[in-house]
Amino acid sequence: MNPRMRWRKFVSNFMLAMTGVCALVAVSVLFFILASLVYHGGTSINWNFFTKLPAPVGETGGGMANAIVGSAKLLLLATLFGVPFGFLGAIYIAEFSGSKVAFVVRYSADLLNGAPSIVIGIFAFSIAVHPFKHFSTLAGGFALGVMMIPITLRSTEGFLLDVPRTLREGAMALGASKWKTIATVIVPAAYRGILTAILLAFARVAGETAPLIFTALGNSYWSHGLNEPTASLPVMIWNYAISAYDDWHRQAWAAGLVLLTLILIINILARAILSRGISVPR
Amino acid sequence: MKRITRILLVAFALAGFFIARAALSITGAGATFPYPMYSKWFAEYHKKDANIEFNYQSIGSGGGIKQITEGTVDFGASDGPMNDDQLKAFQDKHGFPVLHFPTVLGADVLTYNIPGVTVDLNFTPEAIAGIFLGKITKWNDPAIAGTNKGVNLPANDIYVVHRSDGSGTTYIWTDYLSKISDDWKNKVGKNTSVNWPVGLGGKGNEGVSGLVKQTPNAVGYVELIYAVQNKMPYGAVKNSSGAFIKADLASVTAAAAGAAKNMPDDFRVSITDAPGKTAYPISSFTWLLIPSKFSDASKRDAIKGFVKWMLADGQNYTEALSYAKLPKEVVAKEEKALNSIQ
Amino acid sequence: MSTASTTLPSAGPAAGSRSFLSRLREGDEIARLVTFLFAASVVLITILLVFELWQGSVLPRHKFGFAFFHTSVWDPVFEKFGALPFIYGTVVTSVLALLIAVPLGIGAAIFLAELAPARVSDTLEFFIDLLAAVPSVIYGLLGFFIVVPLMREYVQPGLKNTLGFLPFFQGPAYGLGFLTAGIVLAIMVIPYIISVSREVLLSVPRDQREAALALGSTRWESTWKVVVPFARSGIMGSIFLALARALGETMAVSMVIGNAPIISASLFSPGDSIASVIANQFSEATGELYTQSLIELGLVLFLLTFLLNGLARILILVTSQRGSGMGNA
Repeated sequence: MNPRMRWRKFVSNFMLAMTGVCALVAVSVLFFILASLVYHGGTSINWNFFTKLPAPVGETGGGMANAIVGSAKLLLLATLFGVPFGFLGAIYIAEFSGSKVAFVVRYSADLLNGAPSIVIGIFAFSIAVHPFKHFSTLAGGFALGVMMIPITLRSTEGFLLDVPRTLREGAMALGASKWKTIATVIVPAAYRGILTAILLAFARVAGETAPLIFTALGNSYWSHGLNEPTASLPVMIWNYAISAYDDWHRQAWAAGLVLLTLILIINILARAILSRGISVPR
Repeated sequence: MKRITRILLVAFALAGFFIARAALSITGAGATFPYPMYSKWFAEYHKKDANIEFNYQSIGSGGGIKQITEGTVDFGASDGPMNDDQLKAFQDKHGFPVLHFPTVLGADVLTYNIPGVTVDLNFTPEAIAGIFLGKITKWNDPAIAGTNKGVNLPANDIYVVHRSDGSGTTYIWTDYLSKISDDWKNKVGKNTSVNWPVGLGGKGNEGVSGLVKQTPNAVGYVELIYAVQNKMPYGAVKNSSGAFIKADLASVTAAAAGAAKNMPDDFRVSITDAPGKTAYPISSFTWLLIPSKFSDASKRDAIKGFVKWMLADGQNYTEALSYAKLPKEVVAKEEKALNSIQ
Repeated sequence: MSTASTTLPSAGPAAGSRSFLSRLREGDEIARLVTFLFAASVVLITILLVFELWQGSVLPRHKFGFAFFHTSVWDPVFEKFGALPFIYGTVVTSVLALLIAVPLGIGAAIFLAELAPARVSDTLEFFIDLLAAVPSVIYGLLGFFIVVPLMREYVQPGLKNTLGFLPFFQGPAYGLGFLTAGIVLAIMVIPYIISVSREVLLSVPRDQREAALALGSTRWESTWKVVVPFARSGIMGSIFLALARALGETMAVSMVIGNAPIISASLFSPGDSIASVIANQFSEATGELYTQSLIELGLVLFLLTFLLNGLARILILVTSQRGSGMGNA
């Protein structure tokens, strides 16, 4: 082997090893994040954290019970609002509409998807807070729901279109009407993918902070019903982290650990569902 | 899977209802300056009357003024009194005026984090203006060293920290600087949010104290309690009589003495750079911003009830948190003013 | 029942030859109408969003016009608002983020697409996807408590000592500032570059690689000189996507950038970004002009991300079409 070949081979091995290093660095960031959260926040995850309300400023012993419930409420509202629009809208463009209308709808969804979350926050403020003269859980749910729409819509459309032609033709041949075909054959066939899409959209908005700052605001107590401002995990993390109180810092870490664990579990669950493949209805 | 989701949905709905008790919830937002005080007050008041919850969000005085004007909160809070334009904006929007109710007296202090320096430093007004104008850039500058003989000030760069949000604490600080420095008055002015010549921004008193605490050689202005609670050193300031005074209950109360006797009817008054040998020059009242008319009678009564309690029992909690009580004359005047809320 | 037709039930208007009434009876028209309403609402919401942004910024647009974009003063006292410091901060941090994330990301994507066996590649991709799911505020938490002190104590003084003659590394080492924000952003956008680039690299047809190897190139040479250029547009697309994400990042940036409307060549300087200043000042902007100037900033950001996302999609499309079109060198 001549020297030039040796050099080229060396370069080849070296560069390929470097790419491996890049991949390792990227992946290890995830583990570093988890390790940091566990290290700093693990000890603060106690019974108080899950059951107590925030204590007055400067005093210790408070918890984030209202923020946990608040986040749950907000996410539930977001799902109830965002998923129907995404899901039914996707059915329309996948099954009923012409290509021009489908293009417009897809384009709008992409626009919405690309909008920075702070812009969605401004939008939700002018639609759901300003006219009603108060901050509320509903407004926060609306903001998060708007963010869920495009993710749900595009993914659902993709999975619906993936359903093999043979299934549709079979149903049609048996005399089923269009909507019956959709409801009993196509959607169940794509059901895993659609569920995955919803879960991923859910996980995505679970961590969003910016849209909530101007809509759900915050609450030092339990938020009653849906018309009052509410505390939420991401906003609490933000407020506590930038403060100077050590106790608040510890709580922020703990909240970060809880939030990230929840999001990762949902993501893993979603991918597990998807990887089992598309089921064919009996 | 579908059944489980249905069950979960029902469970959540029920949970929502259970938590929807008959408690009256009142939302307020604004100043971070008195947040430790308000947070304690509202917690104590809730113990007294469990049916009323005051949800106070500390988003900065600018936020308090804006949100009460928008009408998205029931009351606001600010340490910079609303100026005439802002009052007019409220009046134009709602058709009735908004009222100011002083709650406590507090002080803006200059807190710093200088490696190796653990004592309290003395600052002249010129030094403070110079630091915040960016003219004095090192800790061992003669303007600072001159009044701190015997202290080993390092030759490090000064890192200025100010507020990034709209803040009454900023209003108080810039109000003082505008009084003692023409340069500041012309270049920067006084407001809840200004165009700072130098420095980084922190969000809220919490953010500024956090930044100063973590950044060596940093200096910032915060409400007294934030420096105390976080065990951060803060300096003494030379007042108009020439004495170097550190902020504490006595010196802040002394600053309000003159204003107490001549309090205007709308309670908007500035007590920075107040006369008096023992007065701390960067003191201020802080106000609740309460609309003079309420459409919801229960909210109106709850707020009036709280203010009444605040003026009486509430004042007993202030000193533990390093806020000074309101002067007696001011309390009496406020009790009368409460009646004008309909 | 339905007059059975032989039209293929593809995704499109299923008019076929059935009558309107029979479609109505079978509920198809209702289904069509209902789903149409929802789809139309999505379009409506988007239009409303753009409308609110446009209407909500009418005052500064009329008062400042295009001067808004090149004025660097942000003065709420004297009511002078200029977007330049925030545009600068957004651009600088995003470019920095890309400078760090692109080499790392493409390198990792090459490893995953070309070298790693399928199972390893899939497992690692799984972790990368999880990384993309980490919320911004948690990056902010880590940035504020871990990265900032690291920068302040070690990295920035180190850079100052070695490269301090460059204007980029001068000034006090706060720990917060453009450089820190850029680094945190880089970590946040790497997953996007990796996952999209990996996909486009995988879609490059085998014959390209095999041809290069047959001609005697090393593994690296075939990858770098043949496969990657083939997938060039798709990789560019992933970079645009990452850029669009970086521009809109709010929480993590606002926690580490220093929140001061400063324009400076030094990367150590604190600054501010569009998203960050809106988050900090929107709820308290008193006065219509102030509030609307913030909304105009939001409009600018929206337009920027919209343009970039569009470009990205076109580029990714171009690559995949090339991949499927070519099959014969």
